[in-house]
Amino acid sequence: MPQTMFDKLWEAHEVTDGLIYVDLHLVHEVTSPQAFDGLRLSGRGVRRPDKTLATADHNTPTDGTMAARLIADQLSRVQVETLERNCEEFGIPIYSLGSDRQGIVHVIGPELGVTQPGMTIVCGDSHTSTHGAFGSLAFGIGTSEVEHVLATQCMVQKRPKTMRISYSGQLGEGVTPKDLILATIGRLGTGGMVGHAVEYAGPAIEELSMPGRMTICNMTIEGGGRAGMIAPDDTTFEWVRGREAAPEDFDAAVERWRQLPTDDGATFDQEVEIDAGSLSPMVTWGTTPGMVVEVADAVPDPDSMESPSDRESAERALAYMALQPGTPMTEIPLDRVFIGSCTNSRIEDLREAAAAVEGRKVAPSVHGMVVPGSQQVKKTAEAEGLDEVFRSAGFEWREAGCSMCLGMNPDILMEGERCASTSNRNFEGRQGKGGRTHLVSPKMAAAAAVEGHFVDIRDWS
Amino acid sequence: MRALDVIEGRVSVLDRADVDTDQIIPKQFLKRVERTGFGEFLFYDWIRDGEIELEPNPILVTGRNFGSGSSREHAPWALEDFGFEAIVAPSFADIFYVNCTKIGLLPVILDEAHCKQVAEAGEARIDVDDQTVTSAAGVFEFDIELDVKYRLLNGLDDIGITLENAGAIDAFEASGAADLGPQTTALS
Repeated sequence: MPQTMFDKLWEAHEVTDGLIYVDLHLVHEVTSPQAFDGLRLSGRGVRRPDKTLATADHNTPTDGTMAARLIADQLSRVQVETLERNCEEFGIPIYSLGSDRQGIVHVIGPELGVTQPGMTIVCGDSHTSTHGAFGSLAFGIGTSEVEHVLATQCMVQKRPKTMRISYSGQLGEGVTPKDLILATIGRLGTGGMVGHAVEYAGPAIEELSMPGRMTICNMTIEGGGRAGMIAPDDTTFEWVRGREAAPEDFDAAVERWRQLPTDDGATFDQEVEIDAGSLSPMVTWGTTPGMVVEVADAVPDPDSMESPSDRESAERALAYMALQPGTPMTEIPLDRVFIGSCTNSRIEDLREAAAAVEGRKVAPSVHGMVVPGSQQVKKTAEAEGLDEVFRSAGFEWREAGCSMCLGMNPDILMEGERCASTSNRNFEGRQGKGGRTHLVSPKMAAAAAVEGHFVDIRDWS
Repeated sequence: MRALDVIEGRVSVLDRADVDTDQIIPKQFLKRVERTGFGEFLFYDWIRDGEIELEPNPILVTGRNFGSGSSREHAPWALEDFGFEAIVAPSFADIFYVNCTKIGLLPVILDEAHCKQVAEAGEARIDVDDQTVTSAAGVFEFDIELDVKYRLLNGLDDIGITLENAGAIDAFEASGAADLGPQTTALS
């Protein structure tokens, strides 16, 4: 019987009914301390430290602080030190602050080549869906599950339903994978993928580079999806080839990986079709990623919404965002621009943003910040001179970490500040209490920094 | 985890959809390395700004897609520590739902009209075994996975249950099926 990629991955990892073997467990400082405590309390060990990898990212300062003991914020320091101690006690490899491999957990996995097709990958972070871009099954989990995976190398998981979103045509000039996923969430709603493992497919997806595919899978969780995935192909194999953790017998691995894509005739619980050619650059206007419009549109009017609960949510969102219905998105003035996060901080993202600002200046009213996703991304960008492009345009060039995506480190918005952000969540207070976040692509963020307001990147030169 | 059987008492209401875990427990409180004491920070900004008022009743009734966003288990920890024993909503975000069941905080899915009726009734009795929510508005049934229900009713630790199957994990590893991925300990 023809199978979906999800079916194949699930069956290859099912130890017993509903118990799934985990090939790679990524660990960071925020969601792991209580899990390690749980192990100690019950006298359990880590079953497979050799399938576990840790880094410090959520809490890490991006101002150049080079070691956990130097983090000024005491609570953050304790958390990173706790991670370092736990990893030492349980024999887990870690790239902490000061390592040239430290970075956002979802950036360093693919960078090291430990993220490969056909694997099951988990992490105590909802954006673990990123790794599905390689044709792996990747789940975000909570701390109890982190403890469970540490102890058993397995996760208890109810089999999700399957959904395929097929994109015909190709993305237009200036329209990026970020816009594709924002538009998709706008269409399906923030609960539209709940309970599903989602496969993104079609010609518009096949054309994308790995970073573009990662951006799309990354934001699956914002549509409520359990996992996002894209069939591995030559683009995938070429990304993994030559990386440190790539399989020794690479050809044999590729042979195996070629069996993974969904078979012709396989059925999904739900199928959605979207014309990629019809998509525009997108900007969010509200406080969920589903509250999004095309950049050429205006802030929507809650009165035009049919469902009372949508209307009420929209009214509250507009009050929080201090926006009036009918205001063109391109007339919204900005205070801050953040380029970074596990969604858009890879070298390609930085190249695109740099190309947009090269030879230009950030608007005087705007404070712009670029935070590379990892030490390796930072190094590559500096070798290409991107840091100089950003600095001379007036951006701050920072160290690697999650930074102002969630503001657990000192990088936060002040009350009332409005930010164009390449991150993934525009929730109330996400980037700082009272901060107002608009999600956009790296290109759109860079152009907005220069102009001090959003611009339609397609008309901007 | 303590066993859940019947949850009974007054109902608190948070009539909002898409309540994300950043609201339930804001990021500044995720720096703690302990598992307890998160209740006082529940809905920190909303409560401090006077946007909402919440009584620590046994039952919370709220809107669709509750617990969206971040996988932080600190959100269920905070709700439980505050005093809630069950959350009733038309739908939950997947990770949040699972996190609740792992700590013995009961997530109950009822359709929107029934949620409203339970909220209006002001008091309810939730019977886990019968899978019913009883209030002045009537008796409403809810679905829950059998194995989850079994664990909740008996207060069982997931890890303990899985380790009873350690032989199956050993066999899976011995079959070579677990050998295809990279070895992180081999990284330089």
